[in-house]
Amino acid sequence: METLTEVTWLPVCKTTDIPADGGACVLVEGQQVAIFNFARRGEWYATQNLCPHKQQMALARGLLGSAGEACEPKVACPFHKRTFSLLTGECLNGDECAIQTYPIKVEGDDVYIGWL
Amino acid sequence: MAPQGKPTVVVIGNGMVGYKFCEKLLAKSTHFNLVVFGEEPRVAYDRVHLSEYFGGKTADDLLMAPHQWYLDNGITMHLGDAVQEIDRASQTVHARSGLVQPYDYLVLATGSSAFVPDIPGVEKAGVMVYRTIEDLEEIKAAAATARHGAVLGGGLLGLEAAKALLDLGVAETHVIEFAPRLMPRQIDAAGSAMLQSKLEALGLQIHLSKATSHIGGEGRIDALHFGDGSILEVDMLVISAGIRPRDELAKLAGLEVGMRGGIVVNDTMQTSDPHIFAIGECALHAGMIYGLVAPGYDMAEVVASQLTQGARAFTGFDMSSKLKLIGVDVASFGDPFIAEPHSRSIVFEDAHSGVYKRINLSPDGKQLLGGVLIGDADAYSMLLQTAVNKLALPPHPEDLILGARGSEGESSASVLNLPDEALVCSCEAVTKGAICAAVTELNVTSVEAMKKCNKAGTGCGGCVPLVKDLINGTLTAQGAYIKNVLCEHFDYSRQELFDLLKINNLRTYDAALDHYGRGDGCEVCKPAVGSILAGLWNDLIVKQNVIQDTNDRYLANIQKGGSYSVVPRIAGGEVSPEQLMVIGRVAQKYGLYTKITGGQRIDMFGAHVSDLPDIWEELINAGFESGHAYGKSLRTVKSCVGSTWCRYGLHDSVSLAIEIENRYKGIRSPHKLKSGVSGCVRECAEAQAKDFGIIATEKGWNLYVCGNGGSKPQHAQLLATDIDKETLVKYLDRFLMFYIKTADPLTRTAVWLNKMEGGLAYLKNVVINDSLGIAADLEAEMALLIQHYHCEWKEVVENPELRKQFTHFVNAPQVKDPTMEFAEMRGQKKVVAW
Repeated sequence: METLTEVTWLPVCKTTDIPADGGACVLVEGQQVAIFNFARRGEWYATQNLCPHKQQMALARGLLGSAGEACEPKVACPFHKRTFSLLTGECLNGDECAIQTYPIKVEGDDVYIGWL
Repeated sequence: MAPQGKPTVVVIGNGMVGYKFCEKLLAKSTHFNLVVFGEEPRVAYDRVHLSEYFGGKTADDLLMAPHQWYLDNGITMHLGDAVQEIDRASQTVHARSGLVQPYDYLVLATGSSAFVPDIPGVEKAGVMVYRTIEDLEEIKAAAATARHGAVLGGGLLGLEAAKALLDLGVAETHVIEFAPRLMPRQIDAAGSAMLQSKLEALGLQIHLSKATSHIGGEGRIDALHFGDGSILEVDMLVISAGIRPRDELAKLAGLEVGMRGGIVVNDTMQTSDPHIFAIGECALHAGMIYGLVAPGYDMAEVVASQLTQGARAFTGFDMSSKLKLIGVDVASFGDPFIAEPHSRSIVFEDAHSGVYKRINLSPDGKQLLGGVLIGDADAYSMLLQTAVNKLALPPHPEDLILGARGSEGESSASVLNLPDEALVCSCEAVTKGAICAAVTELNVTSVEAMKKCNKAGTGCGGCVPLVKDLINGTLTAQGAYIKNVLCEHFDYSRQELFDLLKINNLRTYDAALDHYGRGDGCEVCKPAVGSILAGLWNDLIVKQNVIQDTNDRYLANIQKGGSYSVVPRIAGGEVSPEQLMVIGRVAQKYGLYTKITGGQRIDMFGAHVSDLPDIWEELINAGFESGHAYGKSLRTVKSCVGSTWCRYGLHDSVSLAIEIENRYKGIRSPHKLKSGVSGCVRECAEAQAKDFGIIATEKGWNLYVCGNGGSKPQHAQLLATDIDKETLVKYLDRFLMFYIKTADPLTRTAVWLNKMEGGLAYLKNVVINDSLGIAADLEAEMALLIQHYHCEWKEVVENPELRKQFTHFVNAPQVKDPTMEFAEMRGQKKVVAW
């Protein structure tokens, strides 16, 4: 069973605003969202900008990478290198709670995130 | 008076041990009526740190516990009232005030008095002892007018007293010792000689093998007359010739005392009367008086335990000790004197830096029996642990005092030699034992897995290299083959990858990953490759900013709350008033907190990411450039003021520091690099605590390498002596480039050297004798890096595309991070705590 939730697609920035294989932060409805342009994989991700470890608005400035045989995409917080899965938001080291991820799509040179 | 049914314990003496007894007894039981007599007018104070009384501490600072503590714990205090008689038959004590106090148990903690030898003239004015706060006050008063002072006794306390005289400004201070050497009870002859030369360098005049025949002067001391006919003119004399146990009360009461003083006690500290105990310096246990506080505390614990039905006994005490005497480390442990044929000794002596180390091994070389350390006692705790726990010694026991110089296997073995209870990760309180157990029992084989398993390394991260060494060392010990690899994405060590990228002329992270890696990289290999690329080509860091570590990404140090700090370069710590005003104006304009750093420059904190380019634009326009405080690169070359101003300076340390700092600025390395230049052996720039340190000598410069402060401090080691500036720069080029090319990621020079096969001797061979035949290459590679230096901030400030990246919200560049909060403290701002 799957519950479908209606999302609203909001344009948040241009593709050129986000560096290749890096991230940047956008302001959406008063909230801070980290947008990642994983150019090496041709993928885009969006998560909360807040790292739950020390409550810092920092994930957008983190390093992208992959973990394990399955090459799970991840981001490492620049403060203390806690890493989080970009697919599930789960913390991959330590026992921090998971971060919120958002649906994301690119149309032309516009980036949209799915607001829940 | 005494509450019904509570036995009364009377303590005679309110010194450190007497106080500690009360504390320990109260911790075990409150079912006692505790009465304390002290002959001094004040409550117990810390006699060990008595000399700090001269250093500005007040008598109150030295108290073991305030008056209120005794009141709160219901202790009846009789201060300034000495007990004059013990009536054992009626179990009462009689005080000078006439008070008669009954007891069920009596604890004698009467301590000791200064031993005053029977020299004609000791009664003269100007002759005093060093024992109580009152004595110190007397010394202080006398020192105010004295020009020539002497201390009789070259033991521990005597040397401390001599330091007190120096500190009090007595122009000429002499130490007179009857024995042929200083501290004859603690250290051996060679150690004494080294200590003597260090103390003489500090201005003490030391006279050994001197028997004082009489003290001259009419009513007041004016000279010391010695058995050999010589005379020393002095205005004051402090006698510190040892201690005499205060056993007169016990003797009067008919308790058994030793021939040369001391109240005889058994293993439970009981005297010959079962109701009376003696503890501390007045007690004679197995023929021994313990003149240190730690065994006294142990005795207090024993009596407290006995009175509360415990079973603790006193079985002697390890007399190992370490202290800093007038700035000189002195330590002895185990049996410092044992010699052939019961032991063999290894001795290290460096007259230049004043270091003497001796370790005594069992004849078969398998156990450490004791030793002496002068001038450098860093290894004391480890050596004491090794001796006490009978740890197995490494195959080359000299490594214990010379530092590991062996192969990688041996050095990781030295990490494994840490006791299991050694705290490796102090943030999460993870011990060495827990880390090794995780490897052997839970099959944890990577730092990442260890973080998950027990959180080691998840706090500040400072222990991660040590955790890695422990994992690898434990695995190696289990017979597993360890290949030193960067991370899961690269099967190469940093050194291997460095060579591969160079040979194949690869200049980007993606190219490196495509050729030699797999997956999409991570937070370990991206900055490591970034560092390699910078070490090879010294390209602009911001061109590949998404692979850089936290601080290199925004060319600033990220701080709590997400703000950044700004540090312009102030080479050698030299700054003009005009430059200071620029920094002041910029900090004021952008609301920054300012603080002087440990590296002699000025840090401005609390900058919003979007303000960084504007701040730097103003600094650069005023002539500043990046200080690279954010990079794994040269931070500062700290300097003392040198020969241009200092009356001791041999050479111009500031000019050399500026030249060196400007030569190596901006060059990326496996970890940060710190340096210092001192203009003389007084070493005000602390060069020996740096990755490379330079100290002026009469003939040139001494070059020290591979020291650091940090979580595991280590002194730098002497690489070359009395070299001229050209040679110095040549050696530095080779040394630094060799480090940049061969060290593991995030490995400071000290750890790099510790792991290096062959150690310092090998490094010397490479740098000085060119044993690998690469010296010319190293110099050329360094020249290339120096040639490609650019101020990264200047590039950013002048490039609108790069400037654009310094925003918090890309879709609202003018909005600053609203979660960033500051509070006020001492007139400046601070970050609101996590």
